[in-house]
Amino acid sequence: MSVRRLDPNQPASFAFTAENAEWARKQIAKYPQGKQASAVIPLLWRAQEQHDGWLPEPAIRHVAEMLGMDYIRALEVATFYTMFNLSPVGEHFVQLCGTTPCWLRGADELKEVCRRHIGPEGKVSADGKFSWMEVECLGACVNAPMVQINADFFEDLDAASLEGVLNNLREGKAVKPGPQNERHASEPAGGLTSLTSVGEPQTGGGN
Amino acid sequence: MLEDKDRIFTNLYGLHDWRLAAARKRGDWDGTAAIVAKGRDWILDEMKKSGLRGRGGAGFPTGLKWSFMPKESDGRPHYLVVNADESEPGTCKDRDILRHDPQKLIEGCLIASFAMGAHACYIYVRGEFIREREQLQAAVDEAYEAGLLGANAAGSGWDFDLYVHHGAGAYICGEETALLESLEGKKGMPRLKPPFPANVGLYGAPTTVNNVESIAVAPTILRRGADWFAGLGRPNNTGTKLFCISGHVNKPCNVEEEMGIPLRELLERHAGGVRGGWDNLLAVIPGGSSVPLLPKAICDDVLMDFDSLKAVQSGLGTAAVIVMDKSTDVIKAIARLSAFYKHESCGQCTPCREGTGWMWRVMERLVSGEAEVESASRRNASARQGRRSRSCRNS
Repeated sequence: MSVRRLDPNQPASFAFTAENAEWARKQIAKYPQGKQASAVIPLLWRAQEQHDGWLPEPAIRHVAEMLGMDYIRALEVATFYTMFNLSPVGEHFVQLCGTTPCWLRGADELKEVCRRHIGPEGKVSADGKFSWMEVECLGACVNAPMVQINADFFEDLDAASLEGVLNNLREGKAVKPGPQNERHASEPAGGLTSLTSVGEPQTGGGN
Repeated sequence: MLEDKDRIFTNLYGLHDWRLAAARKRGDWDGTAAIVAKGRDWILDEMKKSGLRGRGGAGFPTGLKWSFMPKESDGRPHYLVVNADESEPGTCKDRDILRHDPQKLIEGCLIASFAMGAHACYIYVRGEFIREREQLQAAVDEAYEAGLLGANAAGSGWDFDLYVHHGAGAYICGEETALLESLEGKKGMPRLKPPFPANVGLYGAPTTVNNVESIAVAPTILRRGADWFAGLGRPNNTGTKLFCISGHVNKPCNVEEEMGIPLRELLERHAGGVRGGWDNLLAVIPGGSSVPLLPKAICDDVLMDFDSLKAVQSGLGTAAVIVMDKSTDVIKAIARLSAFYKHESCGQCTPCREGTGWMWRVMERLVSGEAEVESASRRNASARQGRRSRSCRNS
């Protein structure tokens, strides 16, 4: 468990943009009548996206009101789930996987790169462009070590390729998510060991 | 060795188009209505005969699990909930299904839901899989447009709605009742059982929670027949399985192989072998971070299936194979996992909330060489107490 508290500096108010409010209505419609609280995570997430990657207290209140939830229930959710950033993050928010499969393949080296290029963990860089934190297993273990930057995974990293990605982001250049070596996805590097023949469609079942 | 003709996930690596038209050419949605027309009992029977055991870690027989749902509704709706909260360290197979073979999962949701009397299904995707979620949603939208979902889904006569939901970074939501709590808009804390979800699940209604892979293999099993699936692997450990091979191998990868493949063959055939050769192997965690690690002597000839790994006091878990060569400080590797469990404890049960911290601190003292002899026994006692009094599988 980690103790998570709201940031001392909060904006005065929060409201969804018209577009996000419309999106939220559609989300709420996914759940049965009276069960609209189910939409709390998706709505808080959209609020965080709208608010530069962190979730301010007025947004939690706004979402609670939209869903007819007690405010405390929405606050519980916002503080329980660790993807809700309760304080400001950099424009490029680097989440570095440090769990054992990534650690075995050099996550510590990547941490050093982040310290050198961005600064101390959890602090937004002076230009506001970056912040980073170590997180737990992100589920891309066969492409370790890896980081998530905002919505995208950057995989099969080493110190040099992570530095390259960070430099490009700093300079506003395009970056390519996914493996940073020659791999396409989770296949073994250097040639397939399975699925080398694309089989005929499997038929049967009656038609 | 498994041949390509017996592989279910033919687009595992995303080398082909993931969209509906291409998926149909690969065989998805072929004769779905005819499968549904054979009826619930036939589907349940066929799934039981296939021997499929749940692919999320526990290995409970899938057909049997489906049969626990009430045969008739008592007025409450039935739900299928798909657990795509893939977060067991070492595991990254469902990610490939979501992004590269989503129609297999979607078709499986329809068939499984029909077999359990459910007209609605939620797929709960872990929050970090943002791109995967977008891709899955696009695939669901395509299926709706093609009439494969919605009223009279795929011409089956069954009305069926499928919704993509997501979490926000909590390992514990991989536990099925914590996942249901989260889906209801609460903190993800496991429920006490009984009642089990088949009686009181989502919104208090009968619910079955299945892993992505378990659902995604169902259509192919039903098309090709239970005998085909049961003919692969070994008795009680049938079929094919997605393995995730990470750590100190030359070519880490995901691969679909036959259940019961020898661990050594799995690593050498598909992952380029252990870094520095087989004799440089120290240990393997064979099924994700929650299962005990195997020293090399056991790795030499152990088979990769539920019963073989149980027989050596470990487990197949999610078939996430984490390989450590002799350069590894294994105490540090385990200490890092202790940090994981400390971070991910949901805090509901005291022995876990406090105990995972104790265990982590003892492990850190072992790493730095400051531990006293009795620290290890305190750590073990703490682990035992955590296990006895937990309502989930953490600790």
